[in-house]
Amino acid sequence: MKALKIIVLAKQVPDTRNVGKDAMKADGTVNRAALAAIFNPEDLNALELALQLKDQVKGSSLTILTMGPGRAAEVIREGLYRGADHGILLTDRKFAGSDTLATSYALAQTIDKMKPYDVVFAGRQAIDGDTAQVGPQVAEKLNLPQITYAEEIVNVKSNEILIKRRLDRGVEVVSSSFPVLITVHSSAPDCRPRNAKLLMKYKHAKTVTEIQDMSEDYLDIFQNRSYLKIEEWSVNDIVVDEEALGLGGSPTKVKKIENVVFKAKESKKLTPLDEDIDMLMKELIENHTIG
Amino acid sequence: MNNIFVYCEIEDREIADVSLELLTKGKSLAKQLACKLEVIVLGSDLNGIENKLYKYGADVVHVGDDKRLSPYLTLPHSKVIVDLFTKEKPQVGLFGATSIGRDLAPRIASAMKCGLTADCTSLEIGEHYEKKTDTKYENLLYQIRPAFGGNIVATIINPETRPQLATVREGVMKMEVFDEAHKGELKKINVDELFDDADFVVKVIERHIENKKVNIKGAGIIVAGGYGVGSKENFKLLYDLAEVLGAEVGASRAAVDAGFAEHERQIGQTGVTVRPKLYIACGISGQIQHRAGMTESSMVISINTDEKAPINQIADYVITGDIAVTIPKMIKYYKKNSK
Repeated sequence: MKALKIIVLAKQVPDTRNVGKDAMKADGTVNRAALAAIFNPEDLNALELALQLKDQVKGSSLTILTMGPGRAAEVIREGLYRGADHGILLTDRKFAGSDTLATSYALAQTIDKMKPYDVVFAGRQAIDGDTAQVGPQVAEKLNLPQITYAEEIVNVKSNEILIKRRLDRGVEVVSSSFPVLITVHSSAPDCRPRNAKLLMKYKHAKTVTEIQDMSEDYLDIFQNRSYLKIEEWSVNDIVVDEEALGLGGSPTKVKKIENVVFKAKESKKLTPLDEDIDMLMKELIENHTIG
Repeated sequence: MNNIFVYCEIEDREIADVSLELLTKGKSLAKQLACKLEVIVLGSDLNGIENKLYKYGADVVHVGDDKRLSPYLTLPHSKVIVDLFTKEKPQVGLFGATSIGRDLAPRIASAMKCGLTADCTSLEIGEHYEKKTDTKYENLLYQIRPAFGGNIVATIINPETRPQLATVREGVMKMEVFDEAHKGELKKINVDELFDDADFVVKVIERHIENKKVNIKGAGIIVAGGYGVGSKENFKLLYDLAEVLGAEVGASRAAVDAGFAEHERQIGQTGVTVRPKLYIACGISGQIQHRAGMTESSMVISINTDEKAPINQIADYVITGDIAVTIPKMIKYYKKNSK
């Protein structure tokens, strides 16, 4: 069958499992600079399914697309180390404060410029928002069918892909023609590790902005090895209505943020000593909570 | 016009619980806003379904009945809804935060260029003043959800765009019959005129609906474990206690992510919401996303080596100690002293 052009959407996210007090800015948006940045976990599952598809269909190419600040180029390098062929960093101050609708618009316009393509993969959701909205919204804007919660590529034939989906209660196998957008569930296989050869090949891959800080020697190498260039696109590289971007293009507003404060409740403090446990169990049996 | 719309989900030919929960919430919001509650239900063989929805407070039931609408497919369902919303201009649209609702609602929000908030735990009506434009907004839907890994609770509003869309987790809102005698109006949608071949490029090949083997939602007693349990092996202690007490075993997201327990046992914002009479939290720190799913338990016992674990603040009993020591003692006492 003919080679496929595959795009993977990936996001660099703050590691929400380790959040400090300075994580939020006064306007209610996230202060990403204060947190460790990681490759969104389900986007790694998406990358794995995309790599499997690339392995299955000879001659296919895989481009990883991420939107974010300059340091999000790290996500693209991670993708290159694991088997992606190209990367595009979409970065512009005008994207700041985008909600899912404004984000999906910017991504859709970027993907449209990358035509032709056959499959767009994305993680089901990102751990900083847990919304699961960007994938379906990108699909809608590109007028693509969507397959959400993918767990496994069951089969791929010319112009047809079969995907097993993980649902709340059970599983489903669906088919779709190309082009299609697929969001990937965490139950899909873990992403393969970095490949040592690819790590050597791409460790100096950089965006235009990153190259500015490099020495002359490096620039010479860079000139001769075009694969080291990570594409960096801004608003000027895509066709967009700027009013539909960023905070201004986002219909949802954060009205209020409350840090989580627990309502303290009078609780009885116990130790694991026999008398405490026996007293507790006795009470529970007597008031018919158990038994 | 400008009413509240609820998308009614059909699952195994039955109305999903979450849809009835949304009707109950939608009815109370509609009362506050002095508007009607409308329902849209899409599927096949739906004859008479409106009667069940009326008594949960539906004033208007829109039914799209067509073989091609069952099983659920994204494109045909979203097409019918977008068409209806465009004509009826709802002020609010509510969906269950289920496999279906979370697949469907973003597609609709994108097509209508309106705001959507996922996984709300609470919905309220309120106002907003925008300083920049000196504009006052009344009767906005406050969409309240934990965010950012559960470290904050955010109230989201959509001041300008309509409908204001939200998905709501199953089990978070109460489900109550509004009035057995309440009657509404049935409106049939002619879906056939909306469809074309492109809406059916995705086909369902096979489907196994596995009813959950574990029924933590319906359990009276839950023994739940967190990351602090330490390993899958240690989770066996929890199963032992659960077996003795006739309980189900639940888990926090951290424990599921770590592979200690299956996903179907996950309790909290991204899992199931439970209201047992007794919740025994073992090695659970108690992020708000977890607590969102168990805070209405009648009684909470926390067993944790960390005295400062946040869950202790909502616990009735706090045992500061190791589960490996505590649980066997609980089992031993219970076996000796219960009939």
